[in-house]
Amino acid sequence: MADTVIIKLTAAETAEKIASGELTAVEVTEAHLARIEATDEKVHAFLHVDREGALAQARAVDAKRERGEKLGPLAGVPLALKDIFTTVGIPTTVGSKMLEGWIPPYDATLTRRLKEADVVILGKTNMDEFAMGSSTENSAYGPTGNPWDLTRIPGGSGGGSAAALAAFQAPLAIGTDTGGSIRQPAAVTATVGVKPTYGSVSRYGMVAFSSSLDQGGPCARTVLDAALLHEVIAGHDPMDSTSIDAPVPPVVEAARNGSVAGMRVGVVKQFAGEGYQAGVVQRFNESVELLKELGAEIVELDCPSFDLAMAAYYLIAPSEASSNLARFDGLRYGLRVGDDGTLSAEDVTALTREAGFGDEVKRRIILGTYALSSGYYDAYYGSAQKVRTLISKDFEKSFEQVDVIVSPTTPTTAFPIGERTDDPLAMYLADLCTIPTNLAGNSAMSLPCGLAPEDGLPVGLQIIAPAMKDDRLYKVGAAVEAAFTARWGHPLLEEAPSL
Amino acid sequence: MTVTELLSYEDALASYDPVMGLEVHVELGTKTKMFCGCSTELGAEPNSQTCPVCLGMPGALPVVNAIGVESAIKIGLALNCEIAEWCRFARKNYFYPDMPKNFQTSQYDEPIAFNGFLDVQLEDGEIFRVEIERAHMEEDTGKSLHVGGATGRIHGASHSLLDYNRAGIPLIEIVTKPIEGAGERAPEVAKAYVAELREVIKALGVSEARMDKGQMRCDVNLSLRPNGTEKFGTRSETKNVNSLRSVERAARFEIQRHAAVLSSGGTIIQETRHFHEEDGSTTAGRIKDNAEDYRYFPEPDLVPVAPARDWVEELRATLPEMPRVRRNRLREEWGVSEHDMQSILNAGAVDSIVATVEAGADSAAARKWWMGELARNANEQGVSVDELPITPAQVARVAALVAEGSLNDKLARQVIEGVLAGEGTPDEVVEKRGLKVVSDEGALGAAVDEAIAGNAGIADKIRGGKIAAVGALVGAVMKTTRGQADAARVKELILERLGVSE
Amino acid sequence: MPGITREEVAHLARLARLELKSEELDHFAGQLDDIIGAVARVSEVADQDVPPTSHPLPLTNVMRADEVRPSLTPEQALSGAPAQEQQRFKVPQILGED
Ligand SMILES: [Mg+2]
Ligand SMILES: [Zn+2]
Repeated sequence: MADTVIIKLTAAETAEKIASGELTAVEVTEAHLARIEATDEKVHAFLHVDREGALAQARAVDAKRERGEKLGPLAGVPLALKDIFTTVGIPTTVGSKMLEGWIPPYDATLTRRLKEADVVILGKTNMDEFAMGSSTENSAYGPTGNPWDLTRIPGGSGGGSAAALAAFQAPLAIGTDTGGSIRQPAAVTATVGVKPTYGSVSRYGMVAFSSSLDQGGPCARTVLDAALLHEVIAGHDPMDSTSIDAPVPPVVEAARNGSVAGMRVGVVKQFAGEGYQAGVVQRFNESVELLKELGAEIVELDCPSFDLAMAAYYLIAPSEASSNLARFDGLRYGLRVGDDGTLSAEDVTALTREAGFGDEVKRRIILGTYALSSGYYDAYYGSAQKVRTLISKDFEKSFEQVDVIVSPTTPTTAFPIGERTDDPLAMYLADLCTIPTNLAGNSAMSLPCGLAPEDGLPVGLQIIAPAMKDDRLYKVGAAVEAAFTARWGHPLLEEAPSL
Repeated sequence: MTVTELLSYEDALASYDPVMGLEVHVELGTKTKMFCGCSTELGAEPNSQTCPVCLGMPGALPVVNAIGVESAIKIGLALNCEIAEWCRFARKNYFYPDMPKNFQTSQYDEPIAFNGFLDVQLEDGEIFRVEIERAHMEEDTGKSLHVGGATGRIHGASHSLLDYNRAGIPLIEIVTKPIEGAGERAPEVAKAYVAELREVIKALGVSEARMDKGQMRCDVNLSLRPNGTEKFGTRSETKNVNSLRSVERAARFEIQRHAAVLSSGGTIIQETRHFHEEDGSTTAGRIKDNAEDYRYFPEPDLVPVAPARDWVEELRATLPEMPRVRRNRLREEWGVSEHDMQSILNAGAVDSIVATVEAGADSAAARKWWMGELARNANEQGVSVDELPITPAQVARVAALVAEGSLNDKLARQVIEGVLAGEGTPDEVVEKRGLKVVSDEGALGAAVDEAIAGNAGIADKIRGGKIAAVGALVGAVMKTTRGQADAARVKELILERLGVSE
Repeated sequence: MPGITREEVAHLARLARLELKSEELDHFAGQLDDIIGAVARVSEVADQDVPPTSHPLPLTNVMRADEVRPSLTPEQALSGAPAQEQQRFKVPQILGED
């Protein structure tokens, strides 16, 4: 099979062809490595390509098949791993100079699960430093381009993973979502991204940004592929105290049986208004119409606390981050600066942190230090935690009336690289619609719903479900995806310019 | 170095009333660390008991040790505390190289145990109630080795080397409420409290609580206020006072130092102080200014601890007899005075004596050795008796050898000395040093005859009825037998030979 | 809500052990002032009688058995160390109090 055909297969198709012997895992891996080689100079989705490791894993899969052993559901399927998960023997930088060259001595639980499922890890993808950002411009290793328009951002922080999918460098990728870092990149690249329920994917070995918000999740080009990956990475982990000890919702089954007939779908009035691009609103409204056509009942919802979500998020996340990132002190691993034999450990730590962290990271560390400091704690951190309660209550009330909620994933399409780098507040707006879900801990998905007429760039539809009802995302998502694909005559990504 | 001005203790107490706060950290004797599965075994190679969690590596996450929580609840119950129905861990944020995450996972405003008390018995038998503010769970730090300076001190060191084997070992921090009304007995109360707390911890079996090994460490906070006033003065915090004797000395020193400062019109600065074993003094450490801001917040990587009431009651039901109650029982069983029992407690010898009795010794003999030879030895080394390198079973063996007549007291002391010096078990020391009572009547008889012959004048006096003079002849025999004879038997033989009876 | 000054940023940077350059202090002071101005809205709910949520999940009592698990080898533990000596992490002289 030609490389150009192989790289366009879905993960489900690829797995099937490898299982049946129509393709070997090595062929598939080589096709994707070649694609990365051909395109990544332009896209810069990867920070590290593990050619040897990927081929070794692929050979192991082929050998396993030849021996007639049982293969995992995604055996031999290549995957792009966000550079925030630890990987034995492969550098893990979190997009920061602080960890340049750091090779972890342990695998994240998610990494281990991928390996056990016979997935082929191609390498580590670019990201905003320590996952702080919405554009991947905060990577210490340079920005990633959006395959739809290389001068525009691919979203963030998981821009590398989303760009790798959109550039057909890998059919599967892993992201992490603290305020929208899976869903917003998915929206602006016309891919599918899911933030699972908080606690359903282990955070062990995922470098912490904001512990109570961070959640790893699947990224793919189709809803079914995301579900297959979801099933591999989710599940209880005794190494993570915040991991839910309950069966993973039946996401694959839901993705195979998409339907919205008879479902109640909520539209929150707070997810609209100023700052929303006209083309985004238009595509979103069409999506709501589509849902109606498919048999859903639309319910208007009022969630007043959502107006405070962004403010609460920009207190909680930096606060936790200021503490989580304290360990980067230049003493045990990673960068050390200024150790000339005369300076103290204290000075060397301060110089290392100054040199090793980028602007956005420093900004958030200072903001978080401020919000937690004595005298301000109650007004800032304390109040933010109250907002969090109110948001959960708004969701709870809403989910008494509806099965899922829909909204635009982002207020705008991909903006040009450099446009918002000096305006943190403008940058933060990208996560307006995604943040409430992180604060409440429930699940959400972004999938493509068309191109904005004014700029021809992808628009994402967000579906939000209650905690541990992640299967509803896939049920609704699969139905929407099928209907749109039928309407467009092909997957939206086919319309992306060739690289 | 400046000399610290001190007021005499009597003068200090004539004008001022001390208020103390004691913070004790106890390292639990769990098999694993508080938040990871690394072993807590002492004496391992540097950094061989570390993992991503206790090294604070990127991505690592903590999981609470159930026995750590159980131990905390037991300590809380033994200290008559309320046990929280719901509490959390918090992060205490500050940078220090021995702390891998640069925050300590601790508890802040939601301790697992709070509002308790511990009754302690003073030397004269008086009971003093020390109120407990809280007992909370936290983790220990790593150990630094300072290189290039004098005697491993931090000052003047060129660099430091860090071993994180100790990082993450569970600690319970027990904090008293301000201890008021102890007056001149404040140092004694401080010592008695730490001693009693140590007994409680040991009785619970949650830690060996050996101060010499750093398993139990005490901070002494002390302030003075003019007699008759209510408002607390500014306190000093003397850190890491690591023996019972030092606790008393540190409190005493600070009372005298504060009094000297205050009585000359000066003010006490709120600061940490370091205690010096050599001379019992304290010197200034870090000044506690407002820059210290730990930015506590609930640890988001851990979920709340909500001990079920039936679990708490289950644990309450399994609490052992509390040490003070037990001591009163033992006092009656052994037939000793309150004062003697207090001395036994102060020497830290209660458990050792009990264990020695359990190993077969009679209680009088066990007390004699632990409170005599061994207490003296421990005192010289500034450790408590149970920290000496001799086991109760070994002491019981020595007592047995004495009881069967194989050793006399003098030889027994040499055996103990040998065991403490690491020469082996009592039997091995007896063997190696050739310490055996000369019980061969023939050899002994010859030595007696020799002594009589060599001291004819004394022998005559004894024959003439001056029996008290026999001591000189016994001494002579003991000398020729190099102490290895049973003195009582020698005396009998001499009197028999001389034909006199007592 | 009070704004944030250059001096406050300097103090926070010290707490966070960041050796900020002079121009960074100015730059951040301005930006943080804007951000704090925007996020201070949360205090609208300060007086409301709602419990704070520190955690999105209602989990409690997640504990592990006190069983030893394999540690890293000292070589693995020290593999990323910028400097080491005697199987220990080598760090510059510590100014601290102890
Ligand atoms: Mg403490
Ligand atoms: Zn460990």
